[in-house]
Amino acid sequence: MNAVALGFDRTLLELKMYSREKEAVFFSFLFPIMMLALFSVIFGDSMGGDSQMSAAEYFLPGMISAGILLTSFQTMAMSVAAERDDGTLKRLRSTPMPPVSYFLGKVGLVVTTALAQQVLLLAVAKFAFGVDLPDTAARWLTFAWVFGLGAFAGTVLGTAYSSLASARTVGAVVVAPMLILQFISGVYFSFTDIPEWLKQVASVFPLKWIAQGMRSVFFPDDLASMEMAGAWEHGRTAMVLGVWAVLGLVLCVLTFRWFKRGTT
Amino acid sequence: MTAISIRGLVKAYGAKRAVDGLDLDIETGEVFALLGPNGAGKTTTVEILEGFRTADAGEVSVLGSDPHTANRLWRNRIGIVLQTSSGLDLLTPREILASTAHTYANPRSVEEVIAAVGLQEKADVRIAGLSGGQRRRLDVGLGIVGRPELLFLDEPTTGFDPQARRDFWGLIRTLASEGTTILLTTHYLDEAEHLADRVGVIAGGRLLALDTPANLGGRASEEATVAWLEDGERRTLRTATPTLEVSRLADRFGGEVPELVVSRPSLEDTYLTLIAPHVTQDDEGAPAATTTRKVPA
Repeated sequence: MNAVALGFDRTLLELKMYSREKEAVFFSFLFPIMMLALFSVIFGDSMGGDSQMSAAEYFLPGMISAGILLTSFQTMAMSVAAERDDGTLKRLRSTPMPPVSYFLGKVGLVVTTALAQQVLLLAVAKFAFGVDLPDTAARWLTFAWVFGLGAFAGTVLGTAYSSLASARTVGAVVVAPMLILQFISGVYFSFTDIPEWLKQVASVFPLKWIAQGMRSVFFPDDLASMEMAGAWEHGRTAMVLGVWAVLGLVLCVLTFRWFKRGTT
Repeated sequence: MTAISIRGLVKAYGAKRAVDGLDLDIETGEVFALLGPNGAGKTTTVEILEGFRTADAGEVSVLGSDPHTANRLWRNRIGIVLQTSSGLDLLTPREILASTAHTYANPRSVEEVIAAVGLQEKADVRIAGLSGGQRRRLDVGLGIVGRPELLFLDEPTTGFDPQARRDFWGLIRTLASEGTTILLTTHYLDEAEHLADRVGVIAGGRLLALDTPANLGGRASEEATVAWLEDGERRTLRTATPTLEVSRLADRFGGEVPELVVSRPSLEDTYLTLIAPHVTQDDEGAPAATTTRKVPA
């Protein structure tokens, strides 16, 4: 088989392993959907001040953004760290499989799970909580590129980040920073409530920009005035996510190791 | 034909030379066992041959290529059974064998491999539910599914029960009879004796002895010990002509000699004598390889 066919083969294997790991399914795949349901049940129809949004409408962009980061960054950081530690990567390296097939398998996993999660999240928002989804092509186009750039950046950054963790420490090393980032990036509550200096910190990382991009897709345009710059800033969003994607790719190439530290 | 050729191999970690000028040739079709105490340089040597580590000095050729720069075509011709494989818990043996087989140009059929390693009843069970011995047999299955010309086996039967070891040895002999070259590292001397055409003993990163298991360290020419019971006492006699001694004893007893035993130094005795200068008791009392370079000629 050639490298691409082997990559497809790896994707199927990755999906089998992912779907059989209940923790992964729960904490990265279903988590944003459950959070959306939880917020909707707790806060009901009275969110967003004057604009009279329901909680489901209000939190949908944040949950979509959190979902993108969980299925790309968290999945990659945790699985690559574990596979490096338990010798899976070494075993793969001992076969004639081209290295690129391994990464194609991971990309296939992320693309499949992230897309499935978004479809499920949107379906639950629409049919269970009555959220009106956008009806213009322009908004869905924005959704597509924010999703694509965000998931790509998350995948390469997660792979690079995996070098910092071992199987033993991966929970703390990956999950804690993710949680902090989600809070300061305005995923779980209004970004306007966050102090200015913390907003500046959040603005360095991709999640704030993914969330802002997703708000521009799902929120009425008059809410753009609530953003830091008073506008949706699509150009800057694309630029920041693009820079992170390229930086992540370079870090991946420079830091990726097939063997555990101290064993080569 | 030479499958593996090692000349003046050196690999150091900091000040310690794990491999210190090793020379070795392994012929095509041979089963070769590499023995040595922990820290002797076995794993380092094997990992250099597998292309996982780079040598500091010396020349290494495996199936005609330098393992470190070898490509996919070379990997296609070798099989590696690693020391441990976890991380497969969520898959079944059939799934991981099929996926691994796909990476090779001319793999064995998955069914054939499952039968060869005796996992028919566990083929579709999650690997998490396999015993240690069954997992190890799966590791071997993963090593041979690509129909390798050269197979690396790193301590393959550690943790096996006696019956599983016998079954495993049968599998290795079958592979050898089909022409597979096998490089085996093991701590079990009886395993080396059963499987290997030749045995190499290394310690301190150097080859101390190299011979067939029967002849290693001059075993065959060593004096034998004849022991028997006479007048309620255990008698022993060391002799170069044990057959003659037994025949004399038989004459003297007029038939059966009570509790007769004729023994030669076991491979283990010979091995322990060979490595003794390289093993010291450390503070915890556990044997550890010395780092001394004073290797007897």
